[in-house]
Amino acid sequence: MSKSDKKYSRRETLQKLLGSGGLFAIGGMAWAGYVDENKGTAMVLRPPGALEESDFVRACIKCGICVETCPYDTLELAKAGSEYPVGTPYFKPRDIPCYMCTDIPCVIDCPTNALDEDLVSIAKENGESVLDINKSKMGIAVLNTETCLAFWGIRCDACYRACPLIDEAITLDISRNERTGRHAMLKPKINNEVCTGCGMCEHACITEETSIFVLPPNQVKGKVHDQYIKGWEEGDEARIDTTKVYRDTKTNEKSTLDYLNDTESLFEDE
Amino acid sequence: MNESRRSFIKKTALASAATAVGMSVPGSLVASDMKKRASFEGWRWDKSVCRFCGTGCGIMVATKNDKIVAVKGDPAAPVNRGLNCIKGYFNAKIMYGEDRLKQPLLRVDESGEFSKTGKFKPVSWQRAFDEMEKHMRKSLKELGPTGIAVFGSGQYTIMEGYAMAKLMKAGFRSNNLDPNARHCMASAVAGFIQTFGIDEPSGNYDDIEVADTIVLWGANMAEMHPILWSRITDRKLSNPDEIKVINLTTFRNRSSDLSDIELIFKPHTDLAIMNYIARKICYEVEDAIDWDFVNKNTVFAAGPVDIGYGMRKPDHPSFSAKERETVKQETSKTISKNEAVTLGYMGYKEGDTMEMKNRSSAGKHWQITYEEFKKGLEPYTLDFVAKIAKGDSEEDLDTFKVKLEILASNYINKARKVTSFWTMGFNQHTRGTWVNEQIYMIHLLLGKQAQPGNGAFSLTGQPSACGTAREVGTFAHRLPADMVVKNPKHRKRSEEIWKIPQGTVNPKVGSHITKIMRDIEDGKVKFAWVNVCNPFMSTANANHWIKAARKMDNFMVTSDGYPGVSAKVSDLILPVAMIYEKWGAFGNAERRSQHWRQQVTPVGDAMPDTWQYIEIAKRFTIRDVWGEQKIPGLEGGLPDVLPEARKMGYSPDDTLYDVLFANEKAKSFAWPDPVGKGFQNTEAEGDRRKVMGSDGKEWKGYGFFVQKYLWEEYREFGVGHMHDLAPFDKYHENRGLKWPYVDGKETQWRFNSLYDPYAKAEASTGFAFYGPALKALPSGTLQGINNKEKKGLKNKAKIFFRPYMDPPEMPDEEYPYWLCTGRVLEHWHTGTMTMRVPELYRAVPQALCYMNPKDAEKRGFKDGDYVWIESRRGKVKTHIDTRGRNTMPQGSVFVPFFDEKVLINKVCLDATCPISKEEDFKKCSVKIYKV
Repeated sequence: MSKSDKKYSRRETLQKLLGSGGLFAIGGMAWAGYVDENKGTAMVLRPPGALEESDFVRACIKCGICVETCPYDTLELAKAGSEYPVGTPYFKPRDIPCYMCTDIPCVIDCPTNALDEDLVSIAKENGESVLDINKSKMGIAVLNTETCLAFWGIRCDACYRACPLIDEAITLDISRNERTGRHAMLKPKINNEVCTGCGMCEHACITEETSIFVLPPNQVKGKVHDQYIKGWEEGDEARIDTTKVYRDTKTNEKSTLDYLNDTESLFEDE
Repeated sequence: MNESRRSFIKKTALASAATAVGMSVPGSLVASDMKKRASFEGWRWDKSVCRFCGTGCGIMVATKNDKIVAVKGDPAAPVNRGLNCIKGYFNAKIMYGEDRLKQPLLRVDESGEFSKTGKFKPVSWQRAFDEMEKHMRKSLKELGPTGIAVFGSGQYTIMEGYAMAKLMKAGFRSNNLDPNARHCMASAVAGFIQTFGIDEPSGNYDDIEVADTIVLWGANMAEMHPILWSRITDRKLSNPDEIKVINLTTFRNRSSDLSDIELIFKPHTDLAIMNYIARKICYEVEDAIDWDFVNKNTVFAAGPVDIGYGMRKPDHPSFSAKERETVKQETSKTISKNEAVTLGYMGYKEGDTMEMKNRSSAGKHWQITYEEFKKGLEPYTLDFVAKIAKGDSEEDLDTFKVKLEILASNYINKARKVTSFWTMGFNQHTRGTWVNEQIYMIHLLLGKQAQPGNGAFSLTGQPSACGTAREVGTFAHRLPADMVVKNPKHRKRSEEIWKIPQGTVNPKVGSHITKIMRDIEDGKVKFAWVNVCNPFMSTANANHWIKAARKMDNFMVTSDGYPGVSAKVSDLILPVAMIYEKWGAFGNAERRSQHWRQQVTPVGDAMPDTWQYIEIAKRFTIRDVWGEQKIPGLEGGLPDVLPEARKMGYSPDDTLYDVLFANEKAKSFAWPDPVGKGFQNTEAEGDRRKVMGSDGKEWKGYGFFVQKYLWEEYREFGVGHMHDLAPFDKYHENRGLKWPYVDGKETQWRFNSLYDPYAKAEASTGFAFYGPALKALPSGTLQGINNKEKKGLKNKAKIFFRPYMDPPEMPDEEYPYWLCTGRVLEHWHTGTMTMRVPELYRAVPQALCYMNPKDAEKRGFKDGDYVWIESRRGKVKTHIDTRGRNTMPQGSVFVPFFDEKVLINKVCLDATCPISKEEDFKKCSVKIYKV
């Protein structure tokens, strides 16, 4: 799967196509005409470490280095006329997922920080910053429990075994198969906080159309109000941001008084 | 949910609510929907079994217009009740891969003549059989019956295995028939025969639903017996606090997920852990011993330790200098520090040389006293065993000790029913027979054997290693129903059933599968036929055998559905009908024999294996094979039985087909037969393809029900002889039957007089381990025999003392890692079928090298890095994975063997258990470096 002998040849092809030299020149200028107001797209999966979508589209100079440097051919540059901002890198896990390189070459080689090292690094105790691919948030995997064979009682869990964060991002939820009375259901369960969205699960899923698929994080995330704590789970408070103040309720005195003073509507039916 | 389904469910609910209160169900609610469902758009459903593992799930197959359109798990099958794993899910697809073999292929040169350096070209069946006959004759003439060999299989249908066993043993008088089950179950078989005198487990899968503690010994059931794991998981959920699951393994795998205790041990130290448990019983908790059971039903036994490792002697010319480093131990080895402790009772000290004097009498054993037995256990204290057995260098020793103690307590606790499971961890082991005997040692000491939920349960890997390879006896030393070629009474009985002259069957044990490979390399076998397996990919030290097959003067034939490595190294390839394209039967791990009918016509010109074996039989007369024959090592060779044959009414011109397969009894099984109404039978009547057969004419069938004949004749071996099978038709009325099937009843737990009529006949209450083999022993001490007089051990089982010994190749400075091999859930064996299913291929396209993350970091490897894995024998390259389904302890790597691109058996060592001759695929040492 290594492409060490073909590094950057694709970029050379792009340069030739557009007839201009200079790496950075190709990016911003040539593509600017195709990008609609630099708007991002909701439903696209970006490489690890990508900035938030609208920032990403502005920062990405469409140079193709991340595509070149990925050892697995995972990334592609969006073509003109496609659903994605032209020239920006994306991937479709069902075809080729992100294989979660621990040295994250796509991010390291990105010249403009559209793929931001800080987003895929953790700070160590000595203040040093180290790369950690597990911090990436390319997306979150979602399960269709109607077509997922595990929910039928079939022994699959191929996604679970394919996951590079096995037992963390995907765990198995076990329960009894009431129909047979002697088998168990081993059902995959995704931990939204841990899942990086690499899509190795989606790639491995053996149903005809995948039953587990990666969506961009903002398409998947829900949020429970910070004001409600699970009384039965010790330590649930830990998940909320306690620096947020409980806001005062806004009141509009005028409309309250208007309402109270309007007694005519009480006798409307007489 | 569509409307019709919604209304169907509502109707069913109403109907069942009505019956629940004793109302008769209104006609309008009665299953008209269900009747419609059954004949959905012209589909025909019929029962069958899954093609894959030894679990033996029931599958139903739907056909329409002579094509398989769907499968479903069989809801009526007790094993799986409608469920499958994802391999079973694809049973409909495995037959329709793009590169399915459809025509015979022969290596020919430009002029169309056979040439070993030629390229494969399609040929007719007639040409194929002409070449086969020519080369078989050549080898038989030059070398006699030992010059030909057949690689048999635990994936043969029972009828195929029986036909080949008969052809080889009754026809060609060759015992060079050995199955790939040798690579898989031989140690379990040897363990059974040594301990009980008879093969196959005493329990059945219902043990899962009754056991309190389930122990896995080197068996990754979560991936390898998926539906059984589903049952174990449910058992755990039924009472999570009480039911315990313990996973003993050399690396963390998916079975650890559910387990209460995961015990990672160093390869080979299972031998020591067993003795730790036994020592605890005998020295510390002696009232745990069920003395009533032990005294009535068992004796103690011991055997030699200087038995070698099943390798060839180091002076063999084919070895490289590097290989000799390991192989030299076959004749003598230096006693290690740990062995000085465990073999101290034999007088060995560290640094001594052990001469391997008992290489060819490895299975020899004698009776000892309990006091002697106890003496052997003395060194296996918790401290000693924990120190040598702890497999994860990052685990705290005290934690490991606690785990060992909990393991022992689970066995010892009188109130706990314990079922032990194992598969390849025990069997693929240079002391595999010993460790099989040891698990019985524990269960027998505690009186926890042959009872519901209480017993050692040997799990079988292949779908019919039990039903075919073992029960039919497609082994170099076996005959059907547990008989052996060495025993004159057994040969006589076989000859009587086969209606052949006495003296036909060769009494000399033939070559086991590893030996067949070695014989090919030595030029002692010049014709070999691969049936339903892929031995050139699945046999250790593969570089030797691949080279021998391709480069030497011989003729290799492979019958297969898909082109794999064995086909590639062959000279002739024959396309086979796959599972649902033929009538067949498998026997699973719980002794359940299951039958199915032919569902569809085979593709292309592929023909059933049975047909292939019977057609080649037409090419040889008894004059060709029943005269005097030279057998190396057998004084006098084989006698001329033609005079006797004449007396029996045979003519020397009778073919093996006439005598073995189309005799009077065979022809009495008519086709059509009511049991096959509406179904086809390519062997019996031909099929719509009108394939041009072995005689160049259109194949129109044998004209009789040959599969039923084979079954009914095979049955004769077992009925009344502890292996009773039911009549052919009976198996088409149900989802299989567990033998012995006596007086219309299956046997759930053998050797237990409550459940087993054979045991009841021997002992009105309690147990009778009635297996007849090896039941007369001399006696002695741990060190050897001191009284040659043989004592009978009728109905008794043996509790063996076996010591810990090192394996022959362990990590050292040059080759610092243990290499273990095995499977993954998604793929079956060498992947010839599952790698052709695009979804399974996509899920797991490549065999990876699982490595400990710290080890990888130390060496500068990242996940995904391409590395060489090299041993003294060969090397392969693949990618590192430190995050996947298996987490290795430091110093150990794992590579699955399904991937032709990563032919790991080039790296593995062909050392075997000297008793069982099963290769140890779980341990050798390798070095790893970047490509």
